[in-house]
Amino acid sequence: MTLEIAAFWAFAVVLAGAGLAVVLSKNLFHSVLWLALALVSTAGVFLTLDAEFLAAVQVLLYAGGVVTVVVFAIVVTERLVGERLSHTSRRVAAGAIVSAALLVFLVRAVSSARIDMPKPALTADLTRQIGMSLLTRFALPFELLAVLLLVGLLAASYFARPEE
Amino acid sequence: MGLSAYLTLAAVVFCIGLFGTMTRRNTVGILLGIELMLNAVNINFVAFSRFSGTEIGMVFTLFAICITVAEVALGLAIVILLFRTRRSATADHIDWLRG
Repeated sequence: MTLEIAAFWAFAVVLAGAGLAVVLSKNLFHSVLWLALALVSTAGVFLTLDAEFLAAVQVLLYAGGVVTVVVFAIVVTERLVGERLSHTSRRVAAGAIVSAALLVFLVRAVSSARIDMPKPALTADLTRQIGMSLLTRFALPFELLAVLLLVGLLAASYFARPEE
Repeated sequence: MGLSAYLTLAAVVFCIGLFGTMTRRNTVGILLGIELMLNAVNINFVAFSRFSGTEIGMVFTLFAICITVAEVALGLAIVILLFRTRRSATADHIDWLRG
């Protein structure tokens, strides 16, 4: 139990710190690498919630796929213009005020709601349950997701086609 | 850890992502902020799912992750297209639709 709490706090601190580094870093490339750290620590948070399958998907798809694609896009665009991408921020004070206000609102809403129930004991293998409901109750959304990925693939290759 | 600890962590990450989305000039930077916000929502889904004892929230997170990956691929394709036509990735320069 104490190990779980320590792991949660470690992952939470790394996640919040890496998130801040993503939005504050002056270098776009560093931002992407901090995002990779944030996504991996989110996988750690999923592990403390006994969602091993989701943690693996998070690392493979998000940290592996998304970060690779973003780095690839940065390299391609920097070669297109032949200079480094500028990565500055504007209206930092206004943005900080709005996000801090939203944070205060959300934290007050969370703390005033009486939801602090204990974590129920696991009755069955969660990965097995996810697989079962994915192919029974959620079979239609699952197939639609396949169509969406295909359309996204086609659209991305259409957008990025060579110039005529 | 209680449910509210996870919700608070997700709120913190969401607000950081919102800050990044509002303040970044670069379109790729804005996309990174959106990624952080989606990530925070996924934490909420998984936490609620685990604490309510059903797997449905985790199935939804799986869908959300896949859709996010498609969104990032499309967003970056649009960024590369913008680079070809405007030689710029700054969101303020994308104003073709201004009347």
